Amino acid sequence: MAKTILDFEKPIITLEEKIEEMRRYSENPDIAQEIKKIEKRVNQLRQSIFADLTRWQRVQLARHPERPYTLDYINLMVTDFVEFHGDRAFRDDKAIIGGFGKLDSASVLLIGHQKGRDTKSNLHHNFGMPNPDGYRKALRLMKLAEKFNIPVVTLLDTPGAYPGLEAEERGQAEAIARNLLEMSRLRVPIVVVVIGEGASGGALGIGVGDRILMLENTWYSVISPESCSSILWRSWEYKEQAAEALQLTAPDLKKQGIIDDIVPEPPGGAHRNHEQMAKILKDVLLGELKDLAKIKPEKLLERRIEKFAKMGAWVG
Amino acid sequence: MAWFKRSKENIESETQRRELPDGQWRKCDQCGEIIHKTELGQHVYTCPKCGTHFRIGSKEYINCLLDEGSFKEQDSKMRSADPLKFTDTKKYRERIPEAIKKTGLYDALRWGTGKIEKKNVVVAVMDFSFVGGSMGSVVGEKISRAIDRAWKTKSPLIIVSSSGGARMMEGALSLMQMAKTSAKLARLAEARIPYISIMTDPTTGGVTASYAMLGDVNIAEPGALIGFAGPRVIKQTIGKDLPQGFQRAEFLLEHGFLDMVVHRKEMKATVSRILSHLS
Ligand SMILES: [Zn+2]
Repeated sequence: MAKTILDFEKPIITLEEKIEEMRRYSENPDIAQEIKKIEKRVNQLRQSIFADLTRWQRVQLARHPERPYTLDYINLMVTDFVEFHGDRAFRDDKAIIGGFGKLDSASVLLIGHQKGRDTKSNLHHNFGMPNPDGYRKALRLMKLAEKFNIPVVTLLDTPGAYPGLEAEERGQAEAIARNLLEMSRLRVPIVVVVIGEGASGGALGIGVGDRILMLENTWYSVISPESCSSILWRSWEYKEQAAEALQLTAPDLKKQGIIDDIVPEPPGGAHRNHEQMAKILKDVLLGELKDLAKIKPEKLLERRIEKFAKMGAWVG
Repeated sequence: MAWFKRSKENIESETQRRELPDGQWRKCDQCGEIIHKTELGQHVYTCPKCGTHFRIGSKEYINCLLDEGSFKEQDSKMRSADPLKFTDTKKYRERIPEAIKKTGLYDALRWGTGKIEKKNVVVAVMDFSFVGGSMGSVVGEKISRAIDRAWKTKSPLIIVSSSGGARMMEGALSLMQMAKTSAKLARLAEARIPYISIMTDPTTGGVTASYAMLGDVNIAEPGALIGFAGPRVIKQTIGKDLPQGFQRAEFLLEHGFLDMVVHRKEMKATVSRILSHLS
């Protein structure tokens, strides 16, 4: 697959390529000195570019086709993974992946939206857009985790629940609603992580939990900037403004009291180093699960409900 | 998911079109019947000829559902705080007072306590006329308080929905109202207090995908549009015309997502009969 380079990444990548080239051609100590200098420059450049990203640029990073997806995290973070299939009612929805794996020594249930990397795999996973069957599979697995007292980790990365005819026939709304209610009272810890796109109810459908985290370059909102632009501006052209207006980045949601923490990404974003990203996330998850394991189920559920009850802003 | 802009504008023009000049008569846009205002009231705002259910506000719905004079409204002046300082072609801070002025409401939902055939209930009723019945923090908080009250007083809960979905101008906070209301309903369910959800035209997006679909009993009015994605979006996705009756109440009943479709005239008696079994 051709490498995707976003506009604002170009100056960084150019310098990095130059360093690569110099390394390839010489072991001369003078050049090593020169490489060090350029490396310093590229780090500064990267820092300054990433410190100033617009919200729309974050959305672009969240959608970067080389970003790690759910299956990448599963491969890099857990051992002994067993994927489970199907909702026991209609079919297996491949837009949501679920199964059990070991995070260090303890079992966890991992559930996540799954996008594809090329046309074929995107069609297979329906571009990470679940049908009701996906939400029902997720709930079936969560009930299984509850039965065997295994904590749940969900990874959110979807452009939205699939707006198709059959999805409506089989109750897309009911499937999402049911998950919101059942996840609110699932008697095992749930950690939710937005790893890419958190588009609306399609994301939230596996997004209720005790700890809500977002990776540094992700977005989470009620609607995508494009759709928001088309409805409120009546044109697809205002996506940048819509992204600004929606305040949909990790720091925004932290400020709004919705998420608990922001998980840092490797320099240049998660897509630049899958291994390092997975390592960071794994350590964060281990810490969160260790803390949550100390809380008794009744207390956990009480806290979970209160956590969401506090969200919102009103007068009077 | 999000409410549709077209709804608000269209309603005004539709109402103007439907209401004949002297304001005493209304034309049914389904069958063309001309109905006098007093007759409209007698038929609880449905067409006496073809049965079409016209959209009504929370006040009218409360009158048709509760015992006369029993309703006590709560939090009537709660309003949006504009947490994101949202601006599109217009400031949300300006849209809200305009909607308040136009509708005489402070947001898209009214809640309170009352009686149905002498039984204590907690009711929450949405108003589609307020920013397309969209759910932001105020709707979420009011639903949440209604559930709390039902829980504390062990009274059955009835929610009447009509909504275009979550309100874009409060961003992710609107989205989280889905989780907030559903979490509170989980607590209500644990306490075994009945919740009846009534869906009216239209109930779509985040409201359908949270409390509207979570009733112990799900009821809809005849012909009500109920769904997750709006018909326009689905049509765009599949590139085909949608089948007749798609996403209408009868379609949902057929597919197993509703317990019943009930005429507005029968709604109170039906709810009362259900409560006689469940509480
Ligand atoms: Zn008629």
